[in-house]
Amino acid sequence: MIKIAKYVLLDILRNKFVILYTFFLLLVTLSMFSLEGNSDKAILSLLNIILMVVPLVSIIFTTIHFFNSYEFIELLLSQPINRKSIFLSEFSAVSLALCLAYLIGVGIPVTLFSQGMDTVYLVLSGMLLTLVFVALAFSASVLTRDKAKGIGLSLLFWFYFTLIYDGFVLYVIYAFSDYPLEKVTLALVSLNPVDLARIIILLKLDISALMGYTGAFYKQFFGSSLGIIYSFLFLLLWAAIPLFISMRKFLKKDI
Amino acid sequence: MRVLFTLLLLLFTLSSKAVTWTVSQSGDIKTITAAIQKANNGDTILVRSGHYKEGNIIVNKEIVLLGIDYPIVDGEFKDEVFSVTANNVVIRHFNIINVGISSLKDKAAIGAENAKNLYLADNKIEMAFFGIHLANCKSSLIENNTLTAAAVNESANGNGIHLWKSDNITVKGNTVDGHRDGIYFEFVTNSHIENNVSKNNLRYGLHFMFSHNNEYSRNLFKKNGSGIAVMYSKGVTMRYNRFEENWGASVFGLLLKDISESIIEYNLFLRNTVAIHMENCSRSNFKGNEFRENGWGIQLQASCDDNLFEKNNFIANSFDMGTNGSMTLNTLAGNYWDKYGGYDLNKDGVGDVPFHPVSLYSMIVEKMPTSVMLWRSFLVFLLDRAEKVIPVVTPENLKDEVPVMKPYDISI
Amino acid sequence: MISVSNIEKRFGSLDVLKSINADFETGRSYALMGPNGSGKTTLIKSILGMVVPDSGKIEVDGESIKGQWTYREKIGYMPQIGRYPDNMTIGQLFEMIKDLRSNANTVDEELIEGFGLDKMMNKRMHTLSGGTRQKVSAALAFLFDPKVFILDEPTAGLDPLAVEVIKEKILKQMGPDKTFIITSHILSDLDDLSSHALYLDNGSLIYNDSIALLKEETGEVRLGKAIATIMKRKQKSVTA
Repeated sequence: MIKIAKYVLLDILRNKFVILYTFFLLLVTLSMFSLEGNSDKAILSLLNIILMVVPLVSIIFTTIHFFNSYEFIELLLSQPINRKSIFLSEFSAVSLALCLAYLIGVGIPVTLFSQGMDTVYLVLSGMLLTLVFVALAFSASVLTRDKAKGIGLSLLFWFYFTLIYDGFVLYVIYAFSDYPLEKVTLALVSLNPVDLARIIILLKLDISALMGYTGAFYKQFFGSSLGIIYSFLFLLLWAAIPLFISMRKFLKKDI
Repeated sequence: MRVLFTLLLLLFTLSSKAVTWTVSQSGDIKTITAAIQKANNGDTILVRSGHYKEGNIIVNKEIVLLGIDYPIVDGEFKDEVFSVTANNVVIRHFNIINVGISSLKDKAAIGAENAKNLYLADNKIEMAFFGIHLANCKSSLIENNTLTAAAVNESANGNGIHLWKSDNITVKGNTVDGHRDGIYFEFVTNSHIENNVSKNNLRYGLHFMFSHNNEYSRNLFKKNGSGIAVMYSKGVTMRYNRFEENWGASVFGLLLKDISESIIEYNLFLRNTVAIHMENCSRSNFKGNEFRENGWGIQLQASCDDNLFEKNNFIANSFDMGTNGSMTLNTLAGNYWDKYGGYDLNKDGVGDVPFHPVSLYSMIVEKMPTSVMLWRSFLVFLLDRAEKVIPVVTPENLKDEVPVMKPYDISI
Repeated sequence: MISVSNIEKRFGSLDVLKSINADFETGRSYALMGPNGSGKTTLIKSILGMVVPDSGKIEVDGESIKGQWTYREKIGYMPQIGRYPDNMTIGQLFEMIKDLRSNANTVDEELIEGFGLDKMMNKRMHTLSGGTRQKVSAALAFLFDPKVFILDEPTAGLDPLAVEVIKEKILKQMGPDKTFIITSHILSDLDDLSSHALYLDNGSLIYNDSIALLKEETGEVRLGKAIATIMKRKQKSVTA
């Protein structure tokens, strides 16, 4: 499996896109820190980009990669190699490539400018988001037969998690604003990896919008080590479940 | 002020045939009460270090009480310690502890009624119910006292420095920690409150009402349970104060209710849930303040009018401004807003397009606090952008026509 | 020995394979024929495990292939259209496959040289012509001297010289321990290479016997003609 992953990884690296993505992230991170004097503010501005770009690039790149490596998968399938290793190799190679890009583009420069738990969370949740959206991309790819449909479904996933879902949450809050909704929103947020990542980082940044008001409740929850474990665990689940589903599907898929 | 009092003291000692009494647990006069009984107006009583448990000490003569090496005066949780009823009393260098708690009477470490020219300074007051309590007093100086209470609950803790119906009082350089309200004024006029630290109090760091023409400067209000609340007053001047880390639900860095004709200048508001919350305020000026890293910069209720906000810095607040109405009659001019996205083509340092500090999302959050969960999400970004282009909900006329491009250098 | 029993496969509403039964015996060479879309490639892919049949059973040397993959060590597969990772060079591709099959005993690189691929090892896959890719596919299929050869349109898109090279190679590899399954549109190619014929039409196997018998039955000498006769007969039976 490691051998196959190695070849997939080499193939991805030969494709200039991941390098480009790394440089893009690097450029954004460096410019944020040079434009904003305050490192907290730079991280906040960076957060917006990360929450948009990382999922988008991860899901689209992975979907395109999957369909482009169809032949490769076909070739491997004619060899005495089991499907599970092929699938997991693909997943781990793509994840590794994108996580590396994120680590080099965001992780390392951010650590140079600001050290603290917020930085750790920013890096960690960015990587987890990458994993989540790579896994979602595999689901979209396995569930569809051609590239156009795959990319379409991936875009839909992305759109859903970055925008539509929050609209739905806002609607729920609006419709039931007479009721105490703290726990409900907490549960709702757990069902969206992008929201989860956003809140983990925001709460660690100690930005006081979330202080007082309802924020105190969330702060109490997410601020505790249990809350942190809970949120990272949920993010991991968000990667694991689509991965598991797509693998199950891939094992039975006709190539 | 201090020099003046020292001179007065000197004058007393020289002009009259003043006598100095010494209280010491090993000497002839063993109690402060006994010394007061012996003393006449203008005398000085020196109290040597020791642990004095005398219950309520009534100071009804114009005398100077000076502690030497901080003698402990213990109220044993039963009584008020010093009750001053005479003018020209000085109480200095005492360590007053364990004041009695009562729900009927405001028992204090030092209580004074109907007196003037008091000088209460350099006392360490610990575990007091009320710290320093002045009622109907005039022209007095409360200086460099340290008041520490255990911040248990609002019925077991009284206020630190409590002034009622007093005039021309200076409260200066005191530290109040862990009381109910740090500094509490009711019907107090023409007074100066400066260089005090009021922190970790259960309720308000500073709380006053019906107190006109007072000046508050260079105080630090930090981590108070409900922040600061000032009400029903006019002619308030607040300069160079720091309001820091007053956090929590309905906690305000500075709550202004029914305040008019006041000046709030060059203050720093740092990391408060709400830096300033205003209701029914009018004709007041807010100038040169810095709002930094607050949840809300200013919550301006629609009931406020004719206020001017100029040359303030708004930096790294979650929301710079919030309001509950669609119309406001206040003026914003020449402030620095870090969220300003406009341009300055003619390079005169003033942005060419107005800035609207109230965002749609801030109004949503005011109405539905749980929606704070969506803060900084893409949805909120889009909503705010859309509202900026075509304002529907946010007050169109609440805007800064001349936002500056660079923050002011405000060092407080 | 590969045995296929009652294989069914549907793609959506389309019946691609309808209850196929066939045995591919060791030492024989099978020509798998049929018009476009008759299910040849699907049948081959089913044997390779790339397509999972809806029902039925496929056994290789007496063992079901369901969920298995090691049996593919025995198979050399040449796909109809060989597409490979674009950014790899021919050399890297062969290195990779050899690396992945590092436990294979023998490496047969005769075709690599025969096609002259050894002189273009540094060319990237996406720069190759269709014919060259076919050569790569062929070379890969023969690389580990497998027991079973499954060649899907081995001669399509190849120049006459290369066709001869691959035909010679097939003939050379034939032996009592080898099985060949070859599909081709060019029936004359299969004539020389196969001893048995399978004819698929619209997902059904309508002929499965030795070519000699087929020729005898139809009275034709050439495989192409014989097949044509079969098809005509079938059409008659449908119309009648």
